[in-house]
Amino acid sequence: MRWRRGIAIAGLASAAAIGLAACDNMANQPKLNPYELPYGSQAQWPVTPPPHVVARDQPLHPPAAPPVTMALLERGRQRFDIYCAPCHGRFGDGNGMIVQRGFPHPPSYYSDALRNAPSQHFYDVITHGYGVMYSYADRVEPADRWAIVAYVRALQASASATLADVPPEQRSALQ
Amino acid sequence: MAIFGPRANLFMNAALLGVTGAVIVLLLAVWVVPVIGYNTQERFAPQQPIPFSHKHHVSGLGIDCRYCHTEVEKSADAGMPSTAICMTCHSQIWTNAAMLAPDRQSLATNTPIRWTRVYTLPDYVFFDHSIHIAKGVGCTECHGPIGDMALTWKARTLYMSWCLSCHRDPAPHLRPRDEVFNPHWQRTSATPSGAALMAEYNIHTDNLSDCGICHR
Repeated sequence: MRWRRGIAIAGLASAAAIGLAACDNMANQPKLNPYELPYGSQAQWPVTPPPHVVARDQPLHPPAAPPVTMALLERGRQRFDIYCAPCHGRFGDGNGMIVQRGFPHPPSYYSDALRNAPSQHFYDVITHGYGVMYSYADRVEPADRWAIVAYVRALQASASATLADVPPEQRSALQ
Repeated sequence: MAIFGPRANLFMNAALLGVTGAVIVLLLAVWVVPVIGYNTQERFAPQQPIPFSHKHHVSGLGIDCRYCHTEVEKSADAGMPSTAICMTCHSQIWTNAAMLAPDRQSLATNTPIRWTRVYTLPDYVFFDHSIHIAKGVGCTECHGPIGDMALTWKARTLYMSWCLSCHRDPAPHLRPRDEVFNPHWQRTSATPSGAALMAEYNIHTDNLSDCGICHR
């Protein structure tokens, strides 16, 4: 009887050892996760992708400007407040928080030059950057760039708007 | 000769105390040690190549989470900012700061900064940021007072029991979509109830705690 018990104990112990080893193996599986190098690898990935590499869902041709809708403007305001407002300010006057902390002052959207600039200009600046402004192509998708352009246009229009432009039923809220 | 000597009572009491003590220590080891912060690394801020402060950038400057974590709304991974995102501002301000030297070096040598992961899940857990964002789970539900952290520390255990506590009863953890990225949001009397948000977001708990929701 005694040797049987010995075998049972040895079997349980080895099963536990295998089980414990398996625990860690399952937590670190040989698959690639974002921002994780293959197990044991010391490879370095470049900061910028190699030339001619495109994102998997990147459109082959830049999209044309979509029709301006309220949904597009709302999306534009949301994206503008995230990516543009830190420098350009939420009103587009160029007095954002980062500018107050020492970043060079961007031009106001209300200058004559930018009021008369074609919409494509704003789209191109978001895509390629301008002056000290970096490209936002990796942060703002093409469709969102047009949404931001539409919102910038709305901001510009709002500067010269009068009370007569506001629908009558909403005037009382402003007076 | 007596079977029980004069010190038999002493030995018996010592043995009883010893066994009780051993059982208590065992129970502590089984139930308490796994959940103390030392083990779960809760409130633990690992050393990073750059001592990045969410408190300064989020609460001080008002920068939205998505300015740096660009993928969080559309991907499983929230996305760590590339060197270029840091340099969008820091190519012009704090350009000589010693603490930003790894950033400048990363740009000069075209090698990414290697941050130390604070929140890590085992590979057998599938987690997707985008679905939680879309269903109105705010950043601070899991990341704690991230907007006020001078150094990023782990705010939750990430234990399965913790995941399940919300998957079984999500209502108290939901907020309006506009407030998901607000690090200082508080529920007020004007906030729609958890039940109303559950209905709006089409959340059904009948399969939310199925194994295959997270282990796939």
